[in-house]
Amino acid sequence: MSAIGLPQYLIVSALLFCIGLLGVIVRRNVLVIYMSLELMLNAGNLALVAASRFNNNVNGQIMVFFIITVAAAEVAVGLALIVAMYRRRQTTHVEDLTTLKL
Amino acid sequence: MHDYLPWFILLMPLCAAVLITLFGQKRAADSATLSVGAVLAAFIGAVILWADGMRNPGSPAQQFITSQSNFIWLSVDKLYVEFGVVVDPLSTLMLLVVTGVGGLIHVYSIGYMKGDRGFARFFALLSLFTFSMVGLVLSNNFLQMFIFWELVGVCSYLLIGFWYERPAAADAAKKAFLTNRVGDFGFLTGIIMIWAAAGSLSFSALETRFFVNPAMLGPLTTMGGLLIFCGAAGKSAQFPLHVWLPDAMEGPTPVSALIHAATMVAAGVYMLCRVFFVFNLPAQTVIMWIGGLTALLAALIAVQQNDIKRILAYSTVSQLGYMVMAAGLSTPAKDMFSNAIHHQPAAMYHLATHACFKALLFLGAGSAIHALSGEQDIWKMGRLKEKMPVTAFTFLIGTLALCGVPPLSGFYSKDAILAAAYERSPALFGVGVVVAFLTTFYMFRLVIVAFWGKAKSDLPDHAHESPKVMTTPLWVLAFACLVGGGLGIYQYVSRQYFIPEENLSVWALLAQPFHDAPKTVLCGLVAVFFGFVAAWGLYAEAASDPLAAKLPGLCRVLRRKFYFDELYAWIIAVTQDAMARLADRFDRKIIAGCVRLVHGGTELFGRELRLAQTGNLQTSALLFAAGAAAALYFMFRH
Repeated sequence: MSAIGLPQYLIVSALLFCIGLLGVIVRRNVLVIYMSLELMLNAGNLALVAASRFNNNVNGQIMVFFIITVAAAEVAVGLALIVAMYRRRQTTHVEDLTTLKL
Repeated sequence: MHDYLPWFILLMPLCAAVLITLFGQKRAADSATLSVGAVLAAFIGAVILWADGMRNPGSPAQQFITSQSNFIWLSVDKLYVEFGVVVDPLSTLMLLVVTGVGGLIHVYSIGYMKGDRGFARFFALLSLFTFSMVGLVLSNNFLQMFIFWELVGVCSYLLIGFWYERPAAADAAKKAFLTNRVGDFGFLTGIIMIWAAAGSLSFSALETRFFVNPAMLGPLTTMGGLLIFCGAAGKSAQFPLHVWLPDAMEGPTPVSALIHAATMVAAGVYMLCRVFFVFNLPAQTVIMWIGGLTALLAALIAVQQNDIKRILAYSTVSQLGYMVMAAGLSTPAKDMFSNAIHHQPAAMYHLATHACFKALLFLGAGSAIHALSGEQDIWKMGRLKEKMPVTAFTFLIGTLALCGVPPLSGFYSKDAILAAAYERSPALFGVGVVVAFLTTFYMFRLVIVAFWGKAKSDLPDHAHESPKVMTTPLWVLAFACLVGGGLGIYQYVSRQYFIPEENLSVWALLAQPFHDAPKTVLCGLVAVFFGFVAAWGLYAEAASDPLAAKLPGLCRVLRRKFYFDELYAWIIAVTQDAMARLADRFDRKIIAGCVRLVHGGTELFGRELRLAQTGNLQTSALLFAAGAAAALYFMFRH
């Protein structure tokens, strides 16, 4: 069995991204969609870290730190929005949130 | 030596027109002075040019011809157009006619237009016309000539419609302009064809090319020549485009004299003489027959007209027909250097003499109309010779010149044409003699009824002779008609066509036709005699037209001008209706169909796209992901 290299990491990252995307598309609960979104974000992080590690360049890892920091702030804002929305509409199901349609 | 003189002649009237338009609207007297001054200055310039050319009568024609191309005006690939002037016997003679006769008519207009609201406008337009006409005469290439050709057309339009508040005048102006458009379209097409055949637009270059290489006179040139003649037919009112000229008499009488008798309508003939080398034998045959037919038709129509200006207008059409016939009868370019007898100058000769006597007749008619407070019907005139002796006497001289009574100028020029016809086409000679008979008949009908016969209404009782400013031009023109035959105009124009010149004394010139071509002289004089006798016999005592009672059917046809107007109205109505119907169908079926297709397609597409807009977050996400995937696929597929 060959050593684990960059391609394997990138495949895992792509799989995670696809699972996240699938979650965003098929799950009904806004909270779960939000979690899936985070999964997609972290798939990206994984690809960055792997590429950084295998290219002997720390730029990617530094960037990931920034992303994690910003993602934490974003989660705080996103969850706050979901809570505010639940309070207003008493639901977290996306089927009920179609006010974008005219 | 006089390099700038032609430009001076050209630009003086333009300056006058601009100055009058800008500053003269409120100053009638100044505008008239300016306009007359400009045309007289141009006349003096023309005389200097002419004297310059006459200085060495024995010199070859070429020395006299100067074609200055002063600047390149247009240069696109192979099309190369210069803007310049040509000074040769043809153009100097025409310049003398335009500025000389034109100048007299300017002077006459001061009296005739006195008190008119548009006095300054009238003189501005006259000056603009003089400028355009001089430009046309001096042009040294087809395109430049075409531009001035259109400019004189515009001036003609503006002056026919001078009293634009009268519907008849406005309609006549439109008719003249539109009829000329038909001819000018042919002219422009012809110019393009000649350019395609010979590769140049400059007259001198074309002349050399056609002389050097007569093979170029092929079918393309025939076609081009006929189309160019189409332009001349429009401007010179030849059949079938003659209908506008009689209606153009709605303009003020000086305009009829200047534009629609002496100068502009002769531009077509002038152009035919200028570019005679592009017409080969078939084209010449068409030209001479059209000319002869026009002369005959118009003379017949003139016999039954009652409006004094319309009689003269049809007479003009008829005489223009003579000139066009003469232009068609001139020696073909390929025989130019052979020993055949040349008849080239006949058309220009008649043009020059006709300009004098027809201007005289129109001005005389204007004087009579003026005195009768606007009455133009000859059956309401009569006895004018007692009230207006000067007008009547000069009118009689003009009539005799027009009929061709020796020794007046018209006899010599008409005889030159008849001699040319006698030699090249006996049938046309017959037509010419018949027209000479008819000319005498209708002119003496006019003179006897309006000036000599008894008064037919009380209008002539209040008539009075016109002021000096109007009668002086009449005297000068009458004098020109008297001496025109002895000036050697024919010999002068001959130089243009490389014809060896003869130096003849005045008396020899006056006697020349009698021993050169006694038969034609005899035929012409017999026709004149019978015309006079017929007119005298019918109209000496008549109070109304006896011919109408004797030949009612024929007279009705003649009075309605062979129904040309009705025929054209019908043709235009039919074609216009058909085209309108076609356009309507095209609009409804094809254009509206396209519009409906575009509009329906857009709507359908929009309807379908709306289904994607569910407002559902996940649908949007799916589409977004699919879009991103597609974009990535197309970016990285290689």
